[in-house]
Amino acid sequence: MATEAHEAAGAAGHSAGMPQLDTSTWDNQIFWLVVALVVIFLVLWRVALPRIGAVLAERSGTITNDLAAAEELKQKALAAEKAYNEALEKARVEAGRIVAEAKAEIQADLDKATAKADAEIAAKTAESEARIGEIRAGALESVTEVAKDTAKELVAALGGKADARSVTAAINARLKG
Amino acid sequence: MTDVAAEGEATGFAIHPMDQFIVKRFFCDPAHADCTSNIGAFEITNVTVWMAATVLAIIALMVFGSRGRAIIPSRIQSVGEMIYGFIYKMVEDVTGHDGVKYFPFVMTLFLFVLFSNLLGLIPMSFTTTSHVAVTVTLALSVFLFVTILGLVKNGIGFLGMFWVSSAPLALRPVLAVIEVISYFVRPVSHSIRLAGNLMAGHAVMKVFAGFASMAVISPVAVGAVTAIYGLELLVAVVQAYVFTILTCVYLKDAVGGAHH
Repeated sequence: MATEAHEAAGAAGHSAGMPQLDTSTWDNQIFWLVVALVVIFLVLWRVALPRIGAVLAERSGTITNDLAAAEELKQKALAAEKAYNEALEKARVEAGRIVAEAKAEIQADLDKATAKADAEIAAKTAESEARIGEIRAGALESVTEVAKDTAKELVAALGGKADARSVTAAINARLKG
Repeated sequence: MTDVAAEGEATGFAIHPMDQFIVKRFFCDPAHADCTSNIGAFEITNVTVWMAATVLAIIALMVFGSRGRAIIPSRIQSVGEMIYGFIYKMVEDVTGHDGVKYFPFVMTLFLFVLFSNLLGLIPMSFTTTSHVAVTVTLALSVFLFVTILGLVKNGIGFLGMFWVSSAPLALRPVLAVIEVISYFVRPVSHSIRLAGNLMAGHAVMKVFAGFASMAVISPVAVGAVTAIYGLELLVAVVQAYVFTILTCVYLKDAVGGAHH
């Protein structure tokens, strides 16, 4: 009973008011609060905030630099592509030119060869014609000869005396005729 | 309060929701000595210990967390950077570009309140920000800082903020009185809001925790304590945010000149 009463009294004493309003502890709280705030402020102001600020600035600088570098590389890539296309176009034109040149050269060679061949053919034809003419003339002559000889022999065989000149004239007339 | 305690005593369980707020000597055994009376200003109390814990937690996060200075941050570093960016942006947005030089001041207040609130949620801990002495000191330091800064920067023109030049001339004296009153009420609302929220939340949690000793309602009580703990976690962060953004708003009056 006595202990119960004591406890009740103790409990009542504890909860008699808000500890917040017990002004006897304020000086202690305020002193330690000021100490804590000063420590926090100095640590933040001198160490933490400049450091974090520097890290953030460095990071944003790095990102900006990387973006700039990427942009630069992109420009370079575009320039390289352009140069490549230009070179390709140039090469294409050059190739076309070379092809045309080669074609022209070949054509010229071909023309020259054709002309030479034509000339050769013409020469050969002329020669052949000459030969044919010769052969033909030779054959005609041979015919005349054979005819003269045959006519003389015939005249002789028939008992006549062959007059060479008249026989020849007769044969010539005959051959013409 | 006495009645509730007495009644609790009578029915076999006692709830002392305010006991958690008692300031006492830290190196002291309550069985042998009186730990709560005649506490000197420089004695080590539970206030000292939990403020030291707050300081150490802040140093751990902001100094040791960022010691790598990594371009690609570690987890702790990125939490520190997030808080830095959040408060920096708040200061810049609310007070304008000129207010940025007071960023360390605002950051100190935010981190102190945030970590005190959060550490206070550890069971058996002590919530320094639930004490009016602490929050009034914080709010008064903001009030004095802003007032003195405003007077130094803008001279007598700082008082122009009480003279609402956009209102009709006849109304201006009345408005000026209201403005002056609201200006001086600022530190009161600024401090009581924080201490009241924290104290009420912790007291309610303690009450529900006390109900948990009754077998019949203990499941409900435990569930309620869990739910209120979640709510208090939110309150701890939101109150730190509110305290900080109000500081920025007040700072704007001093930095941004007299225009409203």
